[in-house]
Amino acid sequence: MKELMVRAIYCESLGYEASFSYIHAIKLAQQGAGLEKRVGYLAVSLFLNENHELLLLLVNTVLKDLQSTNLIEVCMALTVVSQMFPKDMIPAILPLVEEKLNHPKEIIRRKAVLALYKFYLIAPNQVQHIHNKFRKALCDKDPGVMTASLHIYLQMIQENPEGYKDLTASFVTILKQVVGGKLPIDFNYHSVPAPWLQIQLLRILSFLGKNDQSVSELMYEVLDESLQRAEMNHNITYAILYECVRCIYTIHPKSELLEKAAQCIGNFVLSPKINLKYLGLKALTYVVQQDPKLALQHQMTIIECLDHPDLIIKRETLELLFRITNAQNVMVIVEKMLEFLRVSTDDYTTIDLVGKVAELWFIETMNTVFSVGGDMMQPDIPNSFLKLLSEGFDCVEDDRKLRLFAVDSYISLLHGEPGKLPQRFLQVISWVLGEYSHLREELEPASVLRLLEKLLDMKQTSSETKNWVLMAMTKLCVGGASVSVAQQVSETYISSMDTVLRQRAQELQHFGQDSEVRTRVLPRDTDLENTIFDVDSSLSFLDGFVSEALAAGAAPYKPPHQRQEELAQAKALSLEPYGLSLPISMSSCSIADRQSPTPLSMSSGLSTTLKLDGVKRVWGREGYLVQRESVEETAQVEVPSPLRSPSQQAEANGSHSQTPTQTPTPEPEQEKQQLAASLFFGLSSQSSVCLMGKSGPTSHRFRRKAKGQGSISGATEQTSKTKLNDSDIKGSDPSLSEDSGLVAADSEDMNPHEDPERPKDLCLSSHLPAELSGLCHSEISPLCSIQSLDLSACHVQKDDSLVLVIFIQNSSDSAIRQIPLDLDSDELEVMYYVSRVSDSPVEDVRSHDVAVYQYSLTVKRPSVHVEVVGTVSCPVGTPQTVRFSYKLPLTTFIRPLTLSTEEYGTMWLAFSHDTKQNLTLISDDPEPLTATLSVLKRKLQLHVVEIIGMEGILACRLLRDRPCLMHCRVHAGALAVWLRSPVPDLPDCLIYHCQRALQED
Amino acid sequence: MQFMLLFSRQGKLRLQKWYVPLSDKEKKKITRELVQTVLARKPKMCSFLEWRDLKVVYKRYASLYFCCAIEEQDNELITLEIIHRYVELLDKYFGSVCELDIIFNFEKAYFILDEFLLGGEAQETSKKNVLKAIEQADLLQENIDFQMRLFAGVMVPNMASESSGLFQN
Repeated sequence: MKELMVRAIYCESLGYEASFSYIHAIKLAQQGAGLEKRVGYLAVSLFLNENHELLLLLVNTVLKDLQSTNLIEVCMALTVVSQMFPKDMIPAILPLVEEKLNHPKEIIRRKAVLALYKFYLIAPNQVQHIHNKFRKALCDKDPGVMTASLHIYLQMIQENPEGYKDLTASFVTILKQVVGGKLPIDFNYHSVPAPWLQIQLLRILSFLGKNDQSVSELMYEVLDESLQRAEMNHNITYAILYECVRCIYTIHPKSELLEKAAQCIGNFVLSPKINLKYLGLKALTYVVQQDPKLALQHQMTIIECLDHPDLIIKRETLELLFRITNAQNVMVIVEKMLEFLRVSTDDYTTIDLVGKVAELWFIETMNTVFSVGGDMMQPDIPNSFLKLLSEGFDCVEDDRKLRLFAVDSYISLLHGEPGKLPQRFLQVISWVLGEYSHLREELEPASVLRLLEKLLDMKQTSSETKNWVLMAMTKLCVGGASVSVAQQVSETYISSMDTVLRQRAQELQHFGQDSEVRTRVLPRDTDLENTIFDVDSSLSFLDGFVSEALAAGAAPYKPPHQRQEELAQAKALSLEPYGLSLPISMSSCSIADRQSPTPLSMSSGLSTTLKLDGVKRVWGREGYLVQRESVEETAQVEVPSPLRSPSQQAEANGSHSQTPTQTPTPEPEQEKQQLAASLFFGLSSQSSVCLMGKSGPTSHRFRRKAKGQGSISGATEQTSKTKLNDSDIKGSDPSLSEDSGLVAADSEDMNPHEDPERPKDLCLSSHLPAELSGLCHSEISPLCSIQSLDLSACHVQKDDSLVLVIFIQNSSDSAIRQIPLDLDSDELEVMYYVSRVSDSPVEDVRSHDVAVYQYSLTVKRPSVHVEVVGTVSCPVGTPQTVRFSYKLPLTTFIRPLTLSTEEYGTMWLAFSHDTKQNLTLISDDPEPLTATLSVLKRKLQLHVVEIIGMEGILACRLLRDRPCLMHCRVHAGALAVWLRSPVPDLPDCLIYHCQRALQED
Repeated sequence: MQFMLLFSRQGKLRLQKWYVPLSDKEKKKITRELVQTVLARKPKMCSFLEWRDLKVVYKRYASLYFCCAIEEQDNELITLEIIHRYVELLDKYFGSVCELDIIFNFEKAYFILDEFLLGGEAQETSKKNVLKAIEQADLLQENIDFQMRLFAGVMVPNMASESSGLFQN
């Protein structure tokens, strides 16, 4: 059993749960004999703590053992009792323990005294009656028992030094005897007589002699002797010396002793032993209040310690520095402190340090900081200072003292010359006085108010400070005289120009009159940590106000992210080059235009022009046109581009001619158009060509056209040339090839030689197969180059298919034969199309010629964008393979599907894959549904089957014959779209494109 | 004194004595953190720590750290001497004590500690007296063992070896 219990103890000490063995430990202590009992007791004392309920079971055992004749058993019982015993059960064993005080064996007596000491610690009132027995123990002939009794006395004297002054002489005598070596040699420790006893006595003496000259005088002699005796170079003597020094500095001072003590401290501080150094610093910290000069003597050592690698030393040094802080060194010390805080990783240390900083010394330090640093310091310093002050520390008493100290020091400062204090300091002062001046009971609130009023009257007081002062006054004014002062003040400031000040004055007035409200709003003695402010973060109490405001026509609140979005959108609309110079007129333009893009729009457009009169002069005639154009563009949602006026002009014309029926052009507009036309002739024909395009062409395309035409027309203007350049760069940007924008296949009309900017494109388009040349094709974009071969590609939308055309241009002087070209795609089925030149996909390319490959693409698996990946190798020279890819949007595969409403209905029910989403409606149109659907029709080539009221149905097919049906309904300002198709993923992809098309619009 | 801990350089707890009532959870937390803190300190650093609201005094003997937490007003140096005296006691009792002695006979180490410190205060500072008390207790045990052997005629070999080992010291 004993072994098992030992193992259980071991388990517990390793951190494993062995609570099952607790009861066995108690049993073992009760039933075992000898060593078993001992182990049982040990286990109990290790497993259980004072409050454990099982401990009650031990009481009986202890009682039995105390009465045992076996000394060892009595010892064991006393040992366990002095370690832990249930408080409530003390009376049960107290008589037995008392009895043991008279035991012949000193070990029993000693243990009994220590047991009583324990009882005194946990339940002092229960051992009240045996104080005389303690005295007997103190006079015990055995020094061990006497030493043990000193523990009790130390405790009692610490609590009540007055009650034991009469014992001082006895303690001094004992110490004298000990120091004089009168004790048996047994008590020596490294040939120092009973150091523990000495230290205990010194501590008792320091309590007794504190603030008591007569008692202190009794000790001087023995203290002197102790100092002299303790000369041996050993830790234990240092321990005694240290205790001596502490005692000397605690009791009523005697200069001789102080000198010696100071010397001792000096030795400590200068000692190479780090432990002594630490204690020296500690002692210095302790004495520096009485003797700041001592710190000066050891200045250099302190500075060294400040950079000591051991954080503990460093911290102790800082602690010391706090205490010698004055106006001159405050900056350096605070800096050092902060430095330490930065390197310190231990949270507890940090809290502790910050706490210490904020102790009484801190207030003074801060006073100095505030006075010296003044208004130059960052505002968060006073803020954090006030926070510290208000949140306080763990100890309520400390907090109270700290605040009281602050109040006192501030009041005295205000009585002095407040005019010299910096504003921030005044603010801090008024806050502290407002919050805590009630702590000082004898202080009349009215007198504080008058002090504060003085601050208000000072000329140099800033209005911010006045705010603080008024707030403090608000907190202060309670009853009687203070109210009148407050009233007077509030009347002065209620008409202040400063609104905040006025508000504070109002508050002051009202709170002054109504104390009930005041106590509710500004409860006294609030501990910030404990008070839970009821903050309604949803601000629901404002709901009524908000709904009223909304009803009155206010704009609803938008969360920041939404605002951001709208801002971004607005940016997109307000064509950048002009947006900067004309932000106001621009926005008014777009608004006007948005509201009425239909026939009505012209009038609003005209009103816009009126607003832009000033601008017109600046920009000249074209400038005006540009403005007009940008308005148009907002309607069209053209990608803004920093093009100069002529092309914009052209573009404008293009869009106008494109939709002549929608916007009947009034006289002035036509005039300008004519002007533009005269500048860029041939535009009208251009537009008509464009109109031949199957899909609704985007303005982008017009721009390209216009530019092309512009150059053909002889490039009458320098500007048009330059502009051409940059737009051409843009044009060759492969990203543009992703756009669904198609270029009318009339490029061949242009003379490539007249347009040196883009020879390749034009050359290549001339190579387009005849059957495709009449159709819209996308821009020809370069794919890759391999040695002397350049690959380019474009796609051509045919009614029933999509053709990918790849051009291989051979720029070398020799013909290249057998070019292997492979195409593949995850989403697409790629079929080699009959080539014009050859039947084989692998063909020869003659020197300086172009080979054309055609592929028919069909969608296998719908995706938002589909990609064709290909490899090509050049058979000439070193074998080399290059990969390229060509990306197409799914929309290129979408064709309108014409069907009747009835057909639609039957098909709708048959399709299984569907998706639903709300899309934005083009809301600035009187018929938003029609407008939105027409955009979709134009951009995505959807077929509008029918529009019935607020609902519309559309249909399209994915090449070749896979239908997708769309049902739209206007609902709550948005377009609820429902797509259905037999093809998985197709509705999802399509809805993405619908969304984009509408967003761009 | 609030508590005393003995732990190895690897951070394994070898002995713990708590003189203040704390819950197991608190004890474990303090032990864990204190062991970490102490082990992180370099050998040349001072033996005193202000850790949390405790003053901690520690000293390393070979691979063992002895660590005491003391009250604010307690004397650090004398605590250091308490540790030293305890080590001396162990050394005397086990005969040049090593960590293994404490691992295998930790209950003995506890007994010595209890005889030396009681309720967190130094009880008996004389080496001789402490060891005398321990030996008396051991002797008592031996007597009981002897009686048991006499009367029962049964000898537990394990126990015999243990007692003989003690006497060799």
